[in-house]
Amino acid sequence: MKELVYLSDVVTLELCEESCNGCGMCIKVCPHEVFELSGRKAHIVRRDYCMECGACALNCPQNSIKVNSGVGCAAGIINGILNNTEPSCGCSGSDSNCC
Amino acid sequence: MINKSYYNGSISVSDTTVPVVLDYLGYKDYLGAIMVRWGINRNNYRVNPGLYAVGKPNESSDVFVTANYKLTFDHVRKNLYGIDGWILVLDTKGVNVWCAAGKGTFSTNELVKRIRSVSLDKVVAHRRIILPQLGATGVAAHKVKEQTAFNVHYGPVRSSDIQKFVGNGYRADKEMRKVTFNLSDRVKLIPNDFMYGKYYLLGAMVILFLLSGLSGKGLSVADFSTNGLTAIVNVLFAYMSGIIMTPVLLPFIPARHFSIKGFYTGSMVYLILFVLDFTGDSLLENFSWFFIITAISSFLAMNFTGSSTYTSLSGVKKEMKFSLPLQIAFAALGVVLQVIGKLI
Repeated sequence: MKELVYLSDVVTLELCEESCNGCGMCIKVCPHEVFELSGRKAHIVRRDYCMECGACALNCPQNSIKVNSGVGCAAGIINGILNNTEPSCGCSGSDSNCC
Repeated sequence: MINKSYYNGSISVSDTTVPVVLDYLGYKDYLGAIMVRWGINRNNYRVNPGLYAVGKPNESSDVFVTANYKLTFDHVRKNLYGIDGWILVLDTKGVNVWCAAGKGTFSTNELVKRIRSVSLDKVVAHRRIILPQLGATGVAAHKVKEQTAFNVHYGPVRSSDIQKFVGNGYRADKEMRKVTFNLSDRVKLIPNDFMYGKYYLLGAMVILFLLSGLSGKGLSVADFSTNGLTAIVNVLFAYMSGIIMTPVLLPFIPARHFSIKGFYTGSMVYLILFVLDFTGDSLLENFSWFFIITAISSFLAMNFTGSSTYTSLSGVKKEMKFSLPLQIAFAALGVVLQVIGKLI
């Protein structure tokens, strides 16, 4: 079965290969195989598969990864617009819908 | 200690009593899972945060960290079948690991706090804790190490791979690390999504039912009885198109935008209703129903981005900028045409 992929060329993921020490943590935490390790450095190889969850950036001990992370959730974005806050889906436990 | 149906006695470790939980599920767990999938008691389906045991763990046993959503907790203990281990439950306000990590409740701070509050360093002699991979969105492994000396090992995405992961020498292979979104994953989400929009569904049904009774002579009871039912059926089908058809057929519908996928399924549903003669006699009425059905279907399909496992915030924002105005325009146009069609 073919793998699902969302829109092309939209994600904000950036990797500074210079400061990368090749620890491979980003590869371990990425749920969509966005990174690959070669020549003792991580590389972004499947950018369009990134869902901006932010796990790689948070777990990079070198701070080499930047991504504007958040949930890709239309209801959350509408909530954010209506309440004038950051996009937020109702995962807090008080709402019923969860992304 | 309160006795829960999934408790199986307790053991004492370093001056505290730790509840032992069953490594299999009972009928109450299955019943609870079905109800929670339908949104019943969903916000209160929790276990107490803290330390639990499965089997007969000792100081060298593994520690598995999870969320306090009971559905999640049940998956973990069931998949630890036959293993002696510790389960450390974080307080995620009853939310699953991935959502809680995104929300910041399954977090570095909460993990560090919980490790300290249960004195994990006295319970086990090693310094190894196993986290679900999807918890990485909220936890920085190197910071946990700094603050507690515990080494975070990110395990598999699915708890069903835990035993394989442990047997592999705490290494998750490629397949274990990857999030999938196959048919059964998608179908499980449908009941909750269906219940989520129930008031909007009823609202839309009421509005279009009322419109169905409208004519040049004002509201008439006769028109309600002839057209009211078709109005309700059309709205219900549009709703199901967005909530059921789009998720089920997701990989097979061309287009990457969820709103366009929903527009396609909505168009298909419109065609079916047209053939069944549910979309009115005049061209105006037919256009009206086409706009209304595709708008509803497209909007609901777009909301499924939040349930999916591969959409990004930037992508959804981009999609909405183009789709939301169109959906609103379609819905408004549909209602206006409906009114005009009734009055002329």
